[in-house]
Amino acid sequence: MVKTLSKRALIKGATALAAGGVLDMTLIKLAFGAPGGAGDFTFAYISDAHIQQVEGAKFVRNWDRGLERAVAEANLLNPKPDFVMFGGDLAQLGKKEEIDHGAEIMSALRYDKVRYVLGEHDYYLDLGEYWSEALKSQHYYSWDHKGVHFITLNSIIVDDGWTNKWSTPMERMMVMAGLDDPRGSPFMVGEKQRLWLAADLAKVPKSTPIVVFSHSPLQKIFKNWNFWTDDAEDVQALLKPFDKVTVIYGHVHQIQYNQIGNISFNSVMATAWPWPYPETYTQAGSFLPVMTVPMNRADPFHERDATGWQFIDVNTGNVAVNYSLPDNSPRTVAFDPKLGRPRDLEFAERSIPPQMHF
Amino acid sequence: MMRTLCAVAALSMLATVGCGKKTKEAKAPPPEPVSTAEIAPSPGGAAIGAVNLGLPAVPELAENPTTAEKVRLGNILFSDKRFSSTGEVSCATCHDPAKAFTDGPLSVSEGINKLTGTRNAPTVVNAAFFTSQFWDGRRPSLEEQSGDPFLNPVEMNLPSHDPIVKIVREDEAYQEMFREAFGVAPDAIAMDHVKKAIAAFERTIISGDSPFDRWRFGGEADAISDQAKRGFEIYINQGRCVSCHTITDTEALFTDNKFHNLGIGFSRISGDLDKVAGEFLRIAKTDQAADTAILGDANISEIGRFAVSRELQDIGQFKTSTLRNIAATAPYMHDGSLKTLREVVVFYNTNISPHEDQSQKPNPFQSGGIRPLNLDDAQIDDLVAFLETLTSPQYEDAARVSLAGQAKTAGRK
Repeated sequence: MVKTLSKRALIKGATALAAGGVLDMTLIKLAFGAPGGAGDFTFAYISDAHIQQVEGAKFVRNWDRGLERAVAEANLLNPKPDFVMFGGDLAQLGKKEEIDHGAEIMSALRYDKVRYVLGEHDYYLDLGEYWSEALKSQHYYSWDHKGVHFITLNSIIVDDGWTNKWSTPMERMMVMAGLDDPRGSPFMVGEKQRLWLAADLAKVPKSTPIVVFSHSPLQKIFKNWNFWTDDAEDVQALLKPFDKVTVIYGHVHQIQYNQIGNISFNSVMATAWPWPYPETYTQAGSFLPVMTVPMNRADPFHERDATGWQFIDVNTGNVAVNYSLPDNSPRTVAFDPKLGRPRDLEFAERSIPPQMHF
Repeated sequence: MMRTLCAVAALSMLATVGCGKKTKEAKAPPPEPVSTAEIAPSPGGAAIGAVNLGLPAVPELAENPTTAEKVRLGNILFSDKRFSSTGEVSCATCHDPAKAFTDGPLSVSEGINKLTGTRNAPTVVNAAFFTSQFWDGRRPSLEEQSGDPFLNPVEMNLPSHDPIVKIVREDEAYQEMFREAFGVAPDAIAMDHVKKAIAAFERTIISGDSPFDRWRFGGEADAISDQAKRGFEIYINQGRCVSCHTITDTEALFTDNKFHNLGIGFSRISGDLDKVAGEFLRIAKTDQAADTAILGDANISEIGRFAVSRELQDIGQFKTSTLRNIAATAPYMHDGSLKTLREVVVFYNTNISPHEDQSQKPNPFQSGGIRPLNLDDAQIDDLVAFLETLTSPQYEDAARVSLAGQAKTAGRK
């Protein structure tokens, strides 16, 4: 299974119309051990582009280049995924110019359907108003595709007291944009959306696979960085009755996976920068947010190192996240039916000693 | 007879050694029978185990230790034109010792009947330090690399390696040299031996000891000019060159042995990536078919490293060249599209080839390390001056000729 999966990564690039016959879809289905086949499909997932205006028509080149590359690669995937998701934080400071510029880069995607998740960087300037208008997207919504029920949540809201206490919208935005800012507030889905979710799920048979997209993890990882959703347990409780549930989230700019009961959690990579990043991550003048805990992971020269995007295979209701990581080997985190949890197919098998210093 | 062969002028720097005979100009087809004794060995080889300022010890394969006998044999094989379908092309045709083992000013190499390939001949000099061979690294060793050009239709165009094996088995001088090098009887000589001998010879085409080496590693404060020293400062800082053309405190290979998409030549296929890469996957069922496609189709050539890894993210990536003797090996880049060192530096400064539309956006696959450098004209001159200090004593003449050609090219504009 592992071998065949990596073989798919090898051929994912390039058959298209002219070639034909190089890639046999049935081989892939077999590789996943899903003889039923019905309802198996792939979608592409790009996240955390953080398009940032410097001034006027000048935007941070590095972030532009990350998103442009992901779009170009997603356009070459074959077999072509059914749709594209964007996982939030298209903009850095929620500005009209940033959302427009990001939408323009995204418009190069040769796909009929692109859906968006709302990130805190899109939200806290005008509470998601221009984002909704420009991308023609609701803040939370659901749809069905080939037997899977998809739900997009807005998981990055906080209580009204915090939201309304700032003197200007940009002050609020700047506080929320800082990773370590103690003036921030923990994210949540909130009661209103949880009621909507309960009603939405009430219509869905328990055997239907559920895939939930959120920007912040719907699990509690690290509160100081808002790798966190305060009412995660309440949301998980609503998802608990279903046989197969997968939560896919952005925000963390790194590969994470976990299993809580019936719920598999997968993160997606950012196209902009990795969290955490080392102090040496750039040599030139930098627009990176101030970082208090550097890490010796990323190559300081290659701007795309430790960033990436992914295409996600949905098969028999579970997902395999295939990470495309520039300057690094592709990586796949897939649900393992035997273990009953996601497994990092090749990477975790290598004996890499844990990092003991930071 | 072996004894009639000219001794390999292993340490000679001269283009013509005191052999008394010149390489015969074959007018085949069919190939004139050429005596091995008439093949002039290439100069420029270093003594086995020689210490080269600025370079580490030469790596070799455990199964092919370098010996004087193999090197001597490999040197002759390297220049034997009988190993081509017309009898006119040898390894040395495109890897000319007098041109630092390249074929400038050709942009892309010419094989039999002046057929052109798609790529600029990389130098053999210090190729022993590369961890993979060819611009896309499709062969892991000099041994593996050396067998391919014989069969490529635009290089030496043999139908198989059999004609080579036949010649070396029947040629008395070769019989003796193979016996000395490998202890094999004529009947037992195989292509494997030929490849090992050529690789052993190439492992002696090593050169350090450049003015830069004497300044940086030899403690000679005035071995390079002040301008070149300023250029070195740019090399390691604002120019970001050192990030890929790496050096250490004790040695300088000037390559990270990795692959990068610079955006050179890529616009040729950037609108058709799926078609071009798909076409390659369709036809490249064997190593030889891949080799033929890469050198035979200018579009497929541009997929670069993708041809090896078949990973989307490697598309358009080519190996980081060494910079040693760079002044002697114009033109530059995998397609030979940049004619002068200055053009190369200008390209890195703007990220767009001076021969292409300057208003175009960099392609989405251009490596993340490539970004505008904001160097001014004086800094560009300084950097070029630094690059000109990387010439080893063996290739000073070749550099003089190449730089004169570059000056002429620049003057024409």
